[in-house]
Amino acid sequence: MRPDQTTQSKRPSLAVEIAGIRLRNPVMPASGTFGYGEEYAPFLDLEDIGAIVTKGLSLKPKAGNPTPRIAETISGMLNAIGLQNVGIDAFKKHKIPFLRTLNTPVIANFFGNTLEEYGEVAERLEDIPEIVAAELNISCPNVKQGGIVFGTDPKAASEVVRLVRSKLSKPLIVKLTPNVTDITVVARAVEEAGADAICCINTLTGMSIDIRTRKPRLANRTGGLSGPAIRPIAVRMVHQVVQAVSLPVIGVGGIVRAMDALEFLIAGATAVQVGTANFVDPSAMITIINGIEEFCIEEGIDDINQLIGSLR
Amino acid sequence: MKNYRTKIISNQEISPGYYRMRILAPGFGKKARSGQFVMFRVQRSLPPLLRRPFGIFRTGFLPPDCDDMPPTEYVEILYKRVGRGTTIMAELHEGDRVELLGPLGNGFDLTSSGGEKILVGGGIGLVPLYMLASELVDNNSVRLLMGGRTRDDILAVTEFERLGVETYVSTDDGSLGEEGLVTQVLERKLQKYPDAEVFACGPMPMLKAVREKCLEYQAPLQVSLEEFMACGVGACLGCVVKGVGHTDETPSYLCTCTAGPVFKAEHLDWTGLGNNDSECGGCS
Repeated sequence: MRPDQTTQSKRPSLAVEIAGIRLRNPVMPASGTFGYGEEYAPFLDLEDIGAIVTKGLSLKPKAGNPTPRIAETISGMLNAIGLQNVGIDAFKKHKIPFLRTLNTPVIANFFGNTLEEYGEVAERLEDIPEIVAAELNISCPNVKQGGIVFGTDPKAASEVVRLVRSKLSKPLIVKLTPNVTDITVVARAVEEAGADAICCINTLTGMSIDIRTRKPRLANRTGGLSGPAIRPIAVRMVHQVVQAVSLPVIGVGGIVRAMDALEFLIAGATAVQVGTANFVDPSAMITIINGIEEFCIEEGIDDINQLIGSLR
Repeated sequence: MKNYRTKIISNQEISPGYYRMRILAPGFGKKARSGQFVMFRVQRSLPPLLRRPFGIFRTGFLPPDCDDMPPTEYVEILYKRVGRGTTIMAELHEGDRVELLGPLGNGFDLTSSGGEKILVGGGIGLVPLYMLASELVDNNSVRLLMGGRTRDDILAVTEFERLGVETYVSTDDGSLGEEGLVTQVLERKLQKYPDAEVFACGPMPMLKAVREKCLEYQAPLQVSLEEFMACGVGACLGCVVKGVGHTDETPSYLCTCTAGPVFKAEHLDWTGLGNNDSECGGCS
């Protein structure tokens, strides 16, 4: 990543733009797999990645679920962390001072248990200048409406995006759940409601059972499946969403290697997020960025934007 | 802490189902403290997807092949073959490429030096106690109480003896040492050494019994815990345990990887411990 001047002129440009945010390259962490950034500072240069995406933030601190919270499955993992986080106020006080020192855009992922909470967090994010964009997690149950997940109902999804949009002038990325019959319906709904970009996919709901104890492996019984196991589904859904809306799309789901990230870019994602792979290899994103650059050189591509959406 | 892309020096079965792996790790020893751990990965192997956490047994140097070469620094882990990950590990050989992230976590607190120290290990829970013993022997009187189901679960006792540690072995079936639970031995030692400090690592039922005895005899206790974890660096939040005073309204979840794996017993909510009754993650 640090070539001398003579080779620099021949290097392909990896810079992309999403909803007005310029990224030095299209690779960023998926929310919930990278803490608040500082956890990974010992293992990679945080100024080498395209952006930092925080753990999902809520109005009040959230304790999360009982344990066991994670279980490994074939080529994947199930998690039911329960969105444990320090809360927006502690984030501002204790996590922003570190993030402020970095020359890398910070995207804050956030969620609420009610429509009102979504609105309040959005208002507070608006007031944190270090946050360049917000990523809205709508894969949460609406506590006030019988626990129906906002993101599985186009009407509820539209409502929450509209509310957040009214409180937030910063670029708004909406992260979609794949646990729906037709993801393009929700994608179109959030586009109409004012989203600036779409991120897909969140985890797929799954379950694993210990046959000896006959108990679910997770205390929460079910959890979100991530990792390479879900990648083909994610690529398919990104492809569908890219066709359905005119917003930029951030592709996420099971990216471990550069070639995985390239699939998403070719399918039309403007940027990608790396999730579970950060757990396996804390410098995975650096390896992926270097691999994308090598691929561009091999293919004679001098600007990554030539590759994006180049599916034949 | 650092991610070592390195290779195996040796990997041997030391007792049925138990293995000792020595891994090349330059510069590891001066950063590592007793009670810390590593996240281990078989390079280029998918599955298993996630790394596995292992306690550090010890670090050391191998003499060089010839005089003008530097000595070879290594880290050693002991592990039990229980699931898919450790079964793959058991089949690795000298020279095989592996990755090691570490040293990670908080080790044992050795600030109250001097006096009687009692180390209690159950089966593979013995692992973090060796480095602890080697750090304690110079200034303390150190005793190791080692328990297991059968003689096969009793590991590395002679190595502790070589450090100058007095060792007591107990097995459930009496096939080695005293027949019965390690806590029986602990009770006798606490009666004899009322000012002793206790350090324990092993299965949760053993840790709970050790804690009961330490409460009874008012002995300070530090325990090393094991939990499923994906990252080892405080990001996944998969390995949390409840801290003392935890309630649904005022929750206190502590990451085993960063707040632990060693905890002072009084900092934990013991009622919430031991939910993970599977021996492995079950990815096989």
